Amino acid sequence: MAFHEKQLPADASIGDKALNWVDARFPLSATWKAHLSEYYAPKNFNFLYVFGSLALLVLVMQIVTGIFLVMHYKPDANLAFASVEYIMRDVPWGWLVRYMHSTGASAFFIVVYIHMLRGLLYGSYRKPRELVWLFGVGIFLCLMAEAFFGYLLPWGQMSYWGAQVIVNLFGAIPFIGPDLSLWIRGDYVVSDATLNRFFAFHVIAIPLVLIGLVVAHIVALHEVGSSNPDGVEIKNTVDERGVPLDGIPFHPYYSVHDIFVVSIFLLIFTAVVFFAPEMGGYFLEYNNFIPANPLKTPPHIAPVWYFTPFYSILRATTSDFMYWLEAGVAAYVALIILRTRLAGKYKIAAAVIGLAIILGMFVFDAKFWGVVLMGVSVMIMFALPWLDTSPVKSVRYRPGWHKYIYLVFGIAFIVLGYFGVQPPTPTGTAIAQFCTFLYFGFFLLMPWWSATGTFKPVPDRVVFHPH
Amino acid sequence: MTLLKKLIAAAVLLPGLVFASEGGFPLDRAPDHTKDMAALQNGARLFVNYCLSCHSAASMRYNKLKDLGLSEEQIKNNLLFTSDKVGDMMTVSMSVKDAKAWFGVAPPDLSVIARAKASEAGSGPDWLYTYLRTFYKDDTRPTGWNNLVFPNVGMPHVLWELQGVRTAKFEEVKNPHEEGKTEHTFVGFEQVTPGSMSTPEYDRAVADLVSFMNWMAEPAQATRKRIGVWVLLFLGLCIVLTWRLNASYWKDIK
Amino acid sequence: MSNEKQVDSGRRGLLVATCAAGGVAGLATTGVLVSTFQPSERAKAAGAPVEVDIAGLAPGEMRTVEWRGKPVWILKRTPEQVAALPKHDSELADPESQRTQFSTTPEYAMNEWSSRQKDILVLVGICPHLGCSPSSKFQAGPQPSLPDDWQGGFLCPCHGSTFDLAGRVYKNKPSPDNLQVPRHMFEGDTKLVIGKDEKGEA
Repeated sequence: MAFHEKQLPADASIGDKALNWVDARFPLSATWKAHLSEYYAPKNFNFLYVFGSLALLVLVMQIVTGIFLVMHYKPDANLAFASVEYIMRDVPWGWLVRYMHSTGASAFFIVVYIHMLRGLLYGSYRKPRELVWLFGVGIFLCLMAEAFFGYLLPWGQMSYWGAQVIVNLFGAIPFIGPDLSLWIRGDYVVSDATLNRFFAFHVIAIPLVLIGLVVAHIVALHEVGSSNPDGVEIKNTVDERGVPLDGIPFHPYYSVHDIFVVSIFLLIFTAVVFFAPEMGGYFLEYNNFIPANPLKTPPHIAPVWYFTPFYSILRATTSDFMYWLEAGVAAYVALIILRTRLAGKYKIAAAVIGLAIILGMFVFDAKFWGVVLMGVSVMIMFALPWLDTSPVKSVRYRPGWHKYIYLVFGIAFIVLGYFGVQPPTPTGTAIAQFCTFLYFGFFLLMPWWSATGTFKPVPDRVVFHPH
Repeated sequence: MTLLKKLIAAAVLLPGLVFASEGGFPLDRAPDHTKDMAALQNGARLFVNYCLSCHSAASMRYNKLKDLGLSEEQIKNNLLFTSDKVGDMMTVSMSVKDAKAWFGVAPPDLSVIARAKASEAGSGPDWLYTYLRTFYKDDTRPTGWNNLVFPNVGMPHVLWELQGVRTAKFEEVKNPHEEGKTEHTFVGFEQVTPGSMSTPEYDRAVADLVSFMNWMAEPAQATRKRIGVWVLLFLGLCIVLTWRLNASYWKDIK
Repeated sequence: MSNEKQVDSGRRGLLVATCAAGGVAGLATTGVLVSTFQPSERAKAAGAPVEVDIAGLAPGEMRTVEWRGKPVWILKRTPEQVAALPKHDSELADPESQRTQFSTTPEYAMNEWSSRQKDILVLVGICPHLGCSPSSKFQAGPQPSLPDDWQGGFLCPCHGSTFDLAGRVYKNKPSPDNLQVPRHMFEGDTKLVIGKDEKGEA
């Protein structure tokens, strides 16, 4: 297509002319319209819909504070711990940048967990938004990796031993495990070599991937349009210009609304930064004020609070628990064979795979399966769009008892998290094992429970109460 | 009560099922003197006189003591022990190797000790305050001293001249959790020789020292809280403005 | 909408107020981040004044110490060297160190000796042109790169600037200024403090 620059009237302002020049060469106004001023979002968003924007804010904040921390931090095993104290004491305002970054890490997970909860409750991952969800789970994985790599950098006791334990988890993989751990560490134990490569991952490699995934996540969302708490597809009812009747332009309505929520978020965030940056040892762990000592493990290691639900699942997988797991796999295969209408070849495949897993559970020890279970507990989120067979998207129109299923899942997740922070006890382990079954049951049995019950009729138009 | 509410209540009460007992000597509450400049200066004096011979505070710069209301001259003349420049850090000349040979373990750096010793049993200052007041004479130990909070510690009772020499009395008390077993339980101290300070004076001195270490662990804490008040007030104002701005747009949406 | 104008002005007022508040927040945040660039306590401590004991300095001897990462020369001039200084003022670009555009010569060095005491010369050994460190050329007489009537002084090897025994630059040389005199003071007879004078620390 031939190049075309719109001709403006002679008395057009400099600003308009400059914008016109750019627009002929770059989709500036087009992007502004497509993604902001003419991106039509459902008008019935509720509070849970604000956490995506908050996540973006926290990402930007972590990157900016991170840049300024890297100006003073030394990624050397002998210098790292002292360089953090240098930032806290000798760099003008360094303490504030540090606390913003450490609080931001925890804030990121709080925001992202609530963001995911919204997705769960309202079926945001359902067709045609499966890809949005997949990119999102990818972001969550990167976020966990980013937090894990970042946590080694202060080189405190928790940093060191947390990294040592998690890298050694890879040693549980049969045959290649120990070599894999050695390769990841770059040394026989977590050392300066490990610190430097974790630094590279944390500062540049994963942030680049994160930014790419976040862009993909938003582009995928805007391609199909946002869902809403009623699960109604607003694009099904449009006016003569093609604008959804229940849609409102993101800018100014949601930009202004998001700015309001950001103020509230910042109030809570800065309250923590200025008055409780340690948060009782959950945001800045006490043991991490002791420099790393490769010869002495602290009496009680636990990962940072945001990893504890998954860590709990790992710890719950004891040798005794293996029997329950074997029974669970067998029961699930039976369910697939007896209670689905899949073709015969899939049922045979399920039986074969199930048998292989059960055999593996006898051959390989619980340590390996604990790692597997922990990994699966995160990866299973990828399958969600295909596990949910409910005829309605949103919990609002599901049978009332589905609400209890979500509640039990949420409680199981929190309980797992709680026990992950505590030192292991027989009672705690038993409860964690029970909650592990609840957690996996929620996902693995979803193809059945999500389609069961009396569903309420979904309206054509969203339910909106004027503010 | 609906089933939902019962489930939520059960979930909230679950933690009670887990009996979390860490053990360890119960900690006293450290009096907080961090807003008292004179107390902090006293604590600094005690710190450089008693602690810096073995422990370093390598992240602590001498001239930071100006924040406690001291001039550079005062710091140079009274507190500059391990260096000659007031811009230097409170390092100590004992090498890690020597320390291990003499004490069995290198005395830890004390820059952030008040943050590191926090736990569920109490805050870091609580730990330090109780620790420094529960040394007792124990001839079975290489240093001749033992401690209730940190059993078999390698550190001698550096402040013994101030507190005096005490022995600790123990009794075998029946173990409430295990049948037929007894626990070696502390029941009290016995003063053998008096110190230069009475007990309240000593406790006060230790409180000053611990408050100083609390301040030293994060010299920016007073500034942080002071600024925090203004930031929160400003954000409160922002919330009101953005709330009304948001309402002014959303009233158009029907 | 019948109340368009009213709504608009109310909304506009809130917009202005919110933008102003946001601007304040943005400026404060930027200010905090930018000030992390300022020299830290460690840099400031490393840049603290340096004390030098000049008791054993012989006439004609030059000692070099480090201050703020730069070489500082302390030269004890002989009476003959001191006497010769005013004689070639006409050959110099700024004989009394009056230029203040880039130079920060303390008042006590704005004279023909560039010093507080005529015998002790204190100079930062960095050429004001582009930062090389000039070499000492105290020997008088003709030498490579130096004029035949050379009285002794300093020659910068990078671009050929020449300075006399008071660090004053000759005319038509690449360096625009004389060698910098750092703020300094004497404490007692034998202690020279570089980086500090009566007005305080540099």
